[in-house]
Amino acid sequence: MSINHRASPFVGVLEKDPKISLIGTLAMLVEAQGEFDLVQQGRIWSLADVLSSWPNVEEAVVGVTNVMLTFEQPPDDVGALAASIVELWHRLSPRNPDGKLIEIPVVYGGELGFDLPAVVARSGLSAREVIRIHSEGEYTVCAIASSPGFGYLHGLDPRIFMPRKSVPSLNMRAGSVTIGGMQTGVAALTSPNGWNAIGWAEMTMFDPLRKQPSLMVPGDRVKFRIARIDL
Amino acid sequence: MIEILTSHAFNTIQDLGRRGARRFGVSTSGAMDPVALEAGNALLGNDGDAASIEVQTFPFRLRFNAGISFALTGADCDARLGDRGVPPWWCMRARAGEVLTIGSPRRGARVYVTVAGGIDVPRVLGSRSTHLRAAFGGLDGRALQAGDVVPVGGQRETAGRCDFGAEPPELTITESDPSDQDRVLRVRVMRAGEHDLFSDAMRAIFWSTRWKISAQSDRGGYRLTGAKLTLAAPVEMRSHGVVAGVVQVPPSGDPIIQMSDANTAGGYPKMAAVIQADLWRLGQARPGSFIAFSEVSYQDAVAAMAPINDYIGRVRATADLYRAL
Repeated sequence: MSINHRASPFVGVLEKDPKISLIGTLAMLVEAQGEFDLVQQGRIWSLADVLSSWPNVEEAVVGVTNVMLTFEQPPDDVGALAASIVELWHRLSPRNPDGKLIEIPVVYGGELGFDLPAVVARSGLSAREVIRIHSEGEYTVCAIASSPGFGYLHGLDPRIFMPRKSVPSLNMRAGSVTIGGMQTGVAALTSPNGWNAIGWAEMTMFDPLRKQPSLMVPGDRVKFRIARIDL
Repeated sequence: MIEILTSHAFNTIQDLGRRGARRFGVSTSGAMDPVALEAGNALLGNDGDAASIEVQTFPFRLRFNAGISFALTGADCDARLGDRGVPPWWCMRARAGEVLTIGSPRRGARVYVTVAGGIDVPRVLGSRSTHLRAAFGGLDGRALQAGDVVPVGGQRETAGRCDFGAEPPELTITESDPSDQDRVLRVRVMRAGEHDLFSDAMRAIFWSTRWKISAQSDRGGYRLTGAKLTLAAPVEMRSHGVVAGVVQVPPSGDPIIQMSDANTAGGYPKMAAVIQADLWRLGQARPGSFIAFSEVSYQDAVAAMAPINDYIGRVRATADLYRAL
């Protein structure tokens, strides 16, 4: 159920409107249409930047090609609000992924990188090749979600894609460097986790007492550096 | 100060929740029954958002180490202060050394122990609510346990009279709860993003089923059983923000309602969202009990908050009056 599902006669010529729907009276989800890419994600960041300063918006929560707004009070005119967002969307330029560069030293393999052998087996590469490919990539923080300070990192080399586990590992350590599908990330909390641990980083990803509690924010860039390899 | 004498799992310090940190991946936490929390604070003349102890496992015992005015709201339970009975939805003044014992509720799931001045743990990211998963907020980010000493804010005893109560909201806010006779809690929802992707038959099942709140339900979410909801063609959803009350349908077909401790993000099709005015009722629903959904419009969902705000306002005004007598 979307608020703005009028079918545009210009589809194919003009870009499709984002889908806008409510989650109750205090939240609104704006979803870009089409495939994921960093340009679309950059427009989502721009949209979130602008919308977060609009009156009555409590915060703009960036997802993967979408943004959820939460409100102080239920908006008076949901239709008008949705129309203004659509209008804004079509004239926004994407923000570049030019946030700060975070360099993360990683101990690859070893006791805490216990899923490295599975990634090796699936990829058909050697452990050293998997580590080299992962550590040579440059990644972009698309969104912070699912647990405090956890960044969804885009930019993983398809050769080391690895599906999430159907049975999560219990108590995966905070700092575990993981691969989930086509994304990579660093576990911010020690908790059950369905991603594949290939290493570990001694870096605090989330500290609620910091003014900026999450080390990563959308638009940041991440590089992993080999601190050590334990095979 | 309050000393915890007996506390089983999952009793925590909660206020109305942590707003504005979802973008860092931080869920709101907060009282599962915000109306009970606010009413307890109103009885004592506290700010509505002052922190209290949310008790959801019983028995629970604590000792007041100073003269402290307190209120009990939420689930209807047997409670005693020393050898005196404490009626539900009531405030009283405890003397130093007195022990409060809270037994299992007759109805409802969660009892709120509010104290004059509020529970005075540090605010983290703007709130005193316990974030169990990330281990911050509340008392050292964890559930209460025997031996804990819980600090109480500045004003410990209310001035004036303190031995009165409020009528529980389920008795006064009745318009939405015509269903007590059939023992099914009727919960009002609005349609959400993927409602229209479900077939007519699946939607009919969603609206007509008496859903059971399964044993796999907690402050994070309620998993419902009773029917399977499936999509003719599965949709791939990208990770997106969600809020408490959203009803998601994972591939298993058993819907899940996200609650106070739910993740900030979801990725399952969203059938509906429980309206703000009914979240507190859901927060008092126990595993094993039954609920059913009815659809309301956006306007009706907004309007449904008025009786709740009026109720809190009345409790506060009456309590202020009593204390002045």
